[in-house]
Amino acid sequence: MPKPKVAFYWCASCGGCEETVVDLAEDILGVVEKVDIVLWPVAMDFKYKDLEAMPDKSIVATLLNGAIRSTEQEEMAHLLRRKSRYVIAYGACAHLGGIAGLANQFPREQILKFNYEDAPSVVNEQKTRPQLSFAHNGHNPTLPALHHVVRALDQVVDVDYYVPGCPPTPKITSAAVTALLENRLPPKGSVIAPDIALCDECPRKASKPTNVSFTHFKRPHQMLMDPEKCFLAQGVVCMGPSTRSGCEAACTCGGMPCTGCFGPTSRVRDQGLKIMSSLCANVAPKEEADINKVLEGIPDPVGTFYRYGLAKSLVRRKVTLPVK
Amino acid sequence: MTRSSPASSGPWTPRIVAFFCNWCTYTAADLAGVSRMKHASNARIIRLMCSGRVDPQFVIDALTKGADGVLIGGCHPNDCHYAEGNYKCLRRFQMLKRMVADLGIEPDRLRLEWISAAEGEKVKRVVNEMTETLTALGPLGIPEKFHEWDREMEHFAQRVAAQEAASGASGCAEHAPQPRTPEPAHA
Repeated sequence: MPKPKVAFYWCASCGGCEETVVDLAEDILGVVEKVDIVLWPVAMDFKYKDLEAMPDKSIVATLLNGAIRSTEQEEMAHLLRRKSRYVIAYGACAHLGGIAGLANQFPREQILKFNYEDAPSVVNEQKTRPQLSFAHNGHNPTLPALHHVVRALDQVVDVDYYVPGCPPTPKITSAAVTALLENRLPPKGSVIAPDIALCDECPRKASKPTNVSFTHFKRPHQMLMDPEKCFLAQGVVCMGPSTRSGCEAACTCGGMPCTGCFGPTSRVRDQGLKIMSSLCANVAPKEEADINKVLEGIPDPVGTFYRYGLAKSLVRRKVTLPVK
Repeated sequence: MTRSSPASSGPWTPRIVAFFCNWCTYTAADLAGVSRMKHASNARIIRLMCSGRVDPQFVIDALTKGADGVLIGGCHPNDCHYAEGNYKCLRRFQMLKRMVADLGIEPDRLRLEWISAAEGEKVKRVVNEMTETLTALGPLGIPEKFHEWDREMEHFAQRVAAQEAASGASGCAEHAPQPRTPEPAHA
């Protein structure tokens, strides 16, 4: 029996998700033994035309990481959707837009100008920008265009499963791959991680007060944090209560509060608004001025509460931004 | 909440979603009604048990589905039927106003008022004032913006459709060239 074909692809991502696949360590040998990898640009040499030549639905599963930001990524997402039985959004960027989704706060022109002109390390006196096409030796090579809006994968193509995390842990990665190989798949659209908040598996849970009450918010660099006490009890913003578990509380065990990379549980529509609601309702003061003084401890609410989820939030993007 | 066509609905007027608490503000709106007070008809009132039940998701959901503004009404401080609900609402509201401002939505589109069961007159004043404020701000139009944003994805679907028509249905799409007339994007 031929081995099932699997593809890995990356879009607007940092490469951390690819790293996790390698982080499977010896387990990856077991995976490689059972599957036939047909595309993995970061590690192996395949051409897009090989992929195009494959029959539709001949790949069992594509694990795609990264947000969709350019026309090339959009096109590859469509092509892989067509060639695959299952498309799996792998990692926070494909799942929710991720860190890349934070670009939805800024106009494309501002981003391009900074990266090609203003960034301190850039040397580009002619202010050259990548062009969509140019003539060279009688050929006309083209480059992808950058979209104005950063999108999660399911805002571009139909997605069967989500493997959350920035990056997904080796444990949930192998759980997903095993489920796939043994054909024990959950209902379509599932996020392959427990559907309960992170606090459930956080070792600091015992010290979480029944009634949290904030007299201040502090960021991790502004204080010496107790290594065992619940972050909320210390006045540190922790996204744990509105974030899906499954990471084995990697950050809170490592001394840092949760930033929300596993996304919301299934009952929450908008992770950022939900944690904002929970934290702010428990601010101690009752007078407007005093409340605002406490809330000043969160200087960037969008960047804090939507660290990974802006593209999939209800508003998706700063609404005044242009698309031309 | 789709916008009806201008032909059927006349000139644009603001659409306000109002979350009123059962014990004070909704009763006040009821009082305004039975007292036959006339006020702007722009507010669609949703009764909740407490202003503390107003999840910020409700507010943003209303805006992204076509509301131009959201009004929240609750009991005066110290008068909340559930003791603390209105304070919870106030605290969330302070942060929500900052968040919407960062997301390009004028904070004046959101308003929180304490209106007791006896203040029918205040319902009238607040709804009228808010209608005026929103009329001055103009339509928010987020559903239209979503549609406009997603138009940048249309050229691909069109190109694939054209290729499939050309190659006779289900054959493999070739790695297609960039659109013939690319927008002068990165210039």
